[in-house]
Amino acid sequence: MRFISYLINGISLGSVYAIIALGYTMVYGIAKMLNFAHGDIIMVGSYVIFCLMSGAGVSPLVSVLISIVACTALGITVEAIAYRPLRGAASSLAVLITAIGVSYFLQNMALLIFGANTKQFSSVIKMDPIILADGKITITGETIVTIVCCLIIMIVLLTFINKTKAGQAMLAVSEDQGAARLMGINVNGTISLTFAIGSGLAAIAGMLLCSSYPSLTPYTGSMPGIKAFVAAVFGGIGSIPGAFIGGIILGIIEILSKAYISSQLSDAIVFMVLIIVLLVKPTGLLGKMIQEKV
Amino acid sequence: MSMLEINDLEVHYGVIKAIKGVSFKVDEGEVIALIGANGAGKTTILHTITGLLKPTAGSVTFNGQDITKSAAHSIVRMGMAHVPEGRRVFSNLTVLQNLKLGAYTRKDKNEIESNLEMVFGRFPRLKERQNQISGTLSGGEQQMLAMGRALMSNPRIILMDEPSMGLSPIFVNEIFDIIKAVKADGTTVLLVEQNAKKALSIADRGYVLETGNIVLTGPAKELLNNDDIKKAYLGE
Repeated sequence: MRFISYLINGISLGSVYAIIALGYTMVYGIAKMLNFAHGDIIMVGSYVIFCLMSGAGVSPLVSVLISIVACTALGITVEAIAYRPLRGAASSLAVLITAIGVSYFLQNMALLIFGANTKQFSSVIKMDPIILADGKITITGETIVTIVCCLIIMIVLLTFINKTKAGQAMLAVSEDQGAARLMGINVNGTISLTFAIGSGLAAIAGMLLCSSYPSLTPYTGSMPGIKAFVAAVFGGIGSIPGAFIGGIILGIIEILSKAYISSQLSDAIVFMVLIIVLLVKPTGLLGKMIQEKV
Repeated sequence: MSMLEINDLEVHYGVIKAIKGVSFKVDEGEVIALIGANGAGKTTILHTITGLLKPTAGSVTFNGQDITKSAAHSIVRMGMAHVPEGRRVFSNLTVLQNLKLGAYTRKDKNEIESNLEMVFGRFPRLKERQNQISGTLSGGEQQMLAMGRALMSNPRIILMDEPSMGLSPIFVNEIFDIIKAVKADGTTVLLVEQNAKKALSIADRGYVLETGNIVLTGPAKELLNNDDIKKAYLGE
């Protein structure tokens, strides 16, 4: 019985990783860059919700919506100011280092504005826990909402990519930017849209993460960000279903190793599993080798 | 006024001058062959016309409009399609997805649908394989897909870069038949080819490019009979 509740907690944590990993994997797939500031967008989104709810008494739903809008705008701005001028630069390392710089910038801005003290984040989700098997399994409202959110996001995102013109343009840009331009696709616009979606999802991830783990600091986003990056690589970076599966598996491994092996070692175990997967399958679980016929 | 006019075009790769002041024009309804050896600058010129590269000097005028500084994606909307060298189909997507991306700039669903039927009529093999992932097509089929994809934008002019490259002789003939058919439909064609004989045999006029300069021009039939050309490009 205990195993089942650990498993459910793992899926819930994994759902948060999956939502963050979607942002990583989409940006990587389309702009061919690792946006290491992605985790910090989560933190910014959480502070926005915190300020609105605890500071200004705004209702949870409205706070979350404002946070999504704010993060989307932040994502587009960061891309336009920090990454776009470097696109096509001599070294792709330049963009990577800039992303690390943006990450520190966001963290230190938060430090400057909110201080280093931990803020008590009050859960956005008001839902009674479900008690199963005569009280042996308790599933919190946060857990249920997180899993449901992740499923909805996954379905909406896949439908968007496969059924809409903008989604098909994303696929085209991810494969060949030059050929995509020859189709009349605005590559910069498509990349902006990708950052907008990824950052909006980061706001949702921040809301879910801080509702389950309610201590908010300027560094809240960095560890989940790194783990979600691991999840994206684990599932095959660039693959949307891969990010989803990678995130869920990572969450389950983390919670189970915390429960049965050692809570100190759980992060080490997560990264060890990544190394083993990459040794056996270097492209990740669902990653494709790029095949080209010449 | 010509449909497409290139005036004193110069293009640099870093400090290297790849195109050294090239001028030529394409009139509506013509098939123009741009021939020359490897490295003469044929692909560079096409990329500069469609906006993938920016020239350091000179201008490109399309339908009387200066498009020298226009973005590649907006030039497509003006009615210019480009079949790039090496085909560059989206190999992870299906044949149908590729064709629909070709119509990305168009809004009218019915027109797109009838254009798709036209492309399928011209390339029956693409219709048979419309749900196949395009990376699994043969080279010749990928070339057909790249041409079909360009036709999906309903272009007034179509630029083709080495459509016969790496194809078996049967496919080469098929590709050139299709270019003739595209012309017969009233679409203007600017054709870049290493296969000079084939290209000149279907073209109205030709330009010969050598290391960034146009060295010879004339009606295609005259070029086919020119002794220098025979020696340098036709292997006779």
